[in-house]
Amino acid sequence: MSVTLNVNGVNHTVDADPDTPLLWAIRNHIELTGTKFGCGMALCGACTVHLDGQPVRSCSTPISLAVGKQVTTIEGVQSKAAKAVQDAWTELQVPQCGYCQSGQIMSAAALLESNPNPTDDEIDAAMQGNVCRCATYVRIRSAIKTAAKELG
Amino acid sequence: MFNRMKKEQNSMPTSRRGFLKLVAGSSAGLVLAMNLPGANASEEKAPVSVSDDGKFQPNAFVKIGADNKVYVAIKHLEMGQGTYTGLATLVAEELDASWDQVISEGAPTDTAKYKNLLWGAMGTGGSSAIANSFEQMRMAGATARAMLVNAAAEQWKVPVDQITVSEGVVSHTGSNRSATFGELAEAAAQQPVPAYENLTVKKPADFKLIGRKVSRKDLGKTDGTAIFTQDIKLDGMLTAMVAHPPRFGAKLKAFDASQTKQVKGVVDVIGIPSGVAVLANDYWSAKKGRDRLKIEWDESQAMNKSSAELMAEYKALAKTPGAVARNDGDTDSALANAATVIEADFEFPYLAHATMEPMNCVAQVREDGCEIWNGEQLNTGDQAVVAQMLGFKPKQVTINMLFAGGSFGRRANPHSDYVVETVNIAKAKPGVPVKLVWSREDDTQAGYFRPMYYHTIRGGLDANGNLIGWEQRIVGQSILTGTAFEAFLVKDGIDATSVEGASTLPYAIPNLKVDLHTVSVPVPVQWWRSVGHTHTAFSTEVFIDRVAKATGKDAVEMRLELLKGHPRHQGVLKLAAEKAGWGRTLPEGRALGVAVHESFNSYVAQVAEVSLTRAGGFKVEKVWCAVDCGFAVNPDVIKAQMEGGIGYGLSPVLMSEITIDNGAVQQSNFHDYQVLRINEMPDVEVHIVPSAEAPTGVGEPGTPPIAPAVANALYALTGQEFNKLPLKLV
Repeated sequence: MSVTLNVNGVNHTVDADPDTPLLWAIRNHIELTGTKFGCGMALCGACTVHLDGQPVRSCSTPISLAVGKQVTTIEGVQSKAAKAVQDAWTELQVPQCGYCQSGQIMSAAALLESNPNPTDDEIDAAMQGNVCRCATYVRIRSAIKTAAKELG
Repeated sequence: MFNRMKKEQNSMPTSRRGFLKLVAGSSAGLVLAMNLPGANASEEKAPVSVSDDGKFQPNAFVKIGADNKVYVAIKHLEMGQGTYTGLATLVAEELDASWDQVISEGAPTDTAKYKNLLWGAMGTGGSSAIANSFEQMRMAGATARAMLVNAAAEQWKVPVDQITVSEGVVSHTGSNRSATFGELAEAAAQQPVPAYENLTVKKPADFKLIGRKVSRKDLGKTDGTAIFTQDIKLDGMLTAMVAHPPRFGAKLKAFDASQTKQVKGVVDVIGIPSGVAVLANDYWSAKKGRDRLKIEWDESQAMNKSSAELMAEYKALAKTPGAVARNDGDTDSALANAATVIEADFEFPYLAHATMEPMNCVAQVREDGCEIWNGEQLNTGDQAVVAQMLGFKPKQVTINMLFAGGSFGRRANPHSDYVVETVNIAKAKPGVPVKLVWSREDDTQAGYFRPMYYHTIRGGLDANGNLIGWEQRIVGQSILTGTAFEAFLVKDGIDATSVEGASTLPYAIPNLKVDLHTVSVPVPVQWWRSVGHTHTAFSTEVFIDRVAKATGKDAVEMRLELLKGHPRHQGVLKLAAEKAGWGRTLPEGRALGVAVHESFNSYVAQVAEVSLTRAGGFKVEKVWCAVDCGFAVNPDVIKAQMEGGIGYGLSPVLMSEITIDNGAVQQSNFHDYQVLRINEMPDVEVHIVPSAEAPTGVGEPGTPPIAPAVANALYALTGQEFNKLPLKLV
């Protein structure tokens, strides 16, 4: 069966079962590969996208739950907060292998949307669901603060 | 050695006999290839045409196009460690290129041209990228520069020595002329190649890029455009998932795919040596199909032990002497005559690498060859294995080396495990590109793992508290026996990777013996970031603190005394201790711990500040890290690798452990194979020891010291002796 998904402002007709995770609709059907597969169980955050602005783990979100909502991936993220996060990530050279970083950036952008000036504890709480095996966490923390400062 | 930079005085052994060859081609520009000793006869003049579409050519490290871009072929895998930046820095420095015009590209698998000079084979590991190519890449850049300059001199009819190069522009001030690399590329390609002996490289004082922070060249990692193996999409490509045996040693007996084949999107199901492969149009269909397989396994030869039972066997074995890896003085007598003997034992679990990108690989097998897309880390080995499987020559196996979403050693599998699995599937579908994707569960349970180890140490003190004897025994599986590496790294029954760090203990102990029991267990094992040092640094450095406490000595002072004659160990230890304020009074419930360890010719000391939490646990608050990796090529990358190495090493300190029951791994995903998250990451302060020594690697050396530093801090804080990882307070 087919469903219509709005991803990055564009409607896509996806021929997939309703239980198909949003991640695989995005990656395999819509062919946007910036959103990554890491665990399939919402344990690592590599697949984080925004659903109506809220960060969700697309690997554990069936496409049926995304119908009629705005899905935003790393390729389509446009907000001021997201741009500030991406700029800070580049400036501080956060990524190492880079595989988890789309998810990190989507989580960080959502954090700054709702909390423009997070404390260390708030950063830890918001970013705890995003694993980075290269352990770029020190720089992630700094970069979120840099982005927050930039946003003023 | 580093201060005298003229080529013939440099120390890289292979380069002295090296030579450069120009291969001039089409209008696109200039391709330089540095041939390595033994790769080719010097008279060979095989032309290599240069395409102008921006793609690199075989035999080339440097390519300059009319587009004024400098393409640098990177012969090592970029897996986060920064080699796209590091190797390009070396080329750009000697070329006097503008950093912005430099583009790094993964090199094709061509052993003659792109081998790791420390290995003789193409591959990445042992923190060797900068160490083996420091001169090679600089000379590649210097050669290109010389030819651009010669071309300009000829065109402008001015003396070569009046020409300057800066930021990618060649200039002659007297005649007020200048040209970009792109404008000169075609003419430069017609220039004779300068003799290798006549080339010079810069003195450190003249460096503009080396030693400074530069922007990274592994791009696309903040906007989702970087392409990993997981992201490869080819026409007609199928996604494959494999059902592996549930226990180590079990084999496929029979399977019923009737329900699987009813799943929409499933294309085929085939039996392969490592299990049952489901091929589908996409991942989710493949997974659904795999979930519906009915498989009968032959478990007659399957492992039935648990890791706990194995550990009990290791402990029994450790009561008998093993194969001797190092034997200084007379340790038996020293211990027999010691005033005091301190004893300790240490247990280390199996560990998974748990890269963020689970193992995957794309292969397309055709009649005339095979093409692979992979985060390729053992290029020569994987190419040879695949060629043999398919009856091809190695050159018929093309390997595209993509970014790896982490490796930590995993993608350098000496058995080529997941590459072989992919090709076994792809060869059943000639012409069809097949992408093997492991789920997180597959990745956690199928291996390969850092081996489980057991150590005992007995230390003898004389009446004055001097350490006069040290006997260390190690029990565990060999990583390299039965692999292509065995001939180089296993000697007299000793796998060097089982004992490194212990057999190389730097402390001045007159009587020192290290021996090894190698056990045969059907659990697949391989190297894990810093290999043997993952366990030897812990046992040796924790034991040193036991000795310090027993003798009432300061942990740093005692190490400095025992490290006489090892100035680089001493240097990092002093620096880390100074920066951490070693000896200062800490708030209640906090303490510092220290460790120093050399691995891969880089020296790292770390001081960890640890606190006790109200919940009865502990927190690593901050780590001061000092590193001596010779001349620091990319200081920011070095810092990043120390930060990351510490974070990676903290997971097994705090939570990571693979256990086995009845031959099956008990963990499956990040809920039960837990890894470090941001809230557990300490602040990290990295200090680089200024050095003029030849540069060495940083990918691994940051990892070994963190576990003992944390354990030693907790020991100071609680008095509890830690004999096991992960650390658990009692």
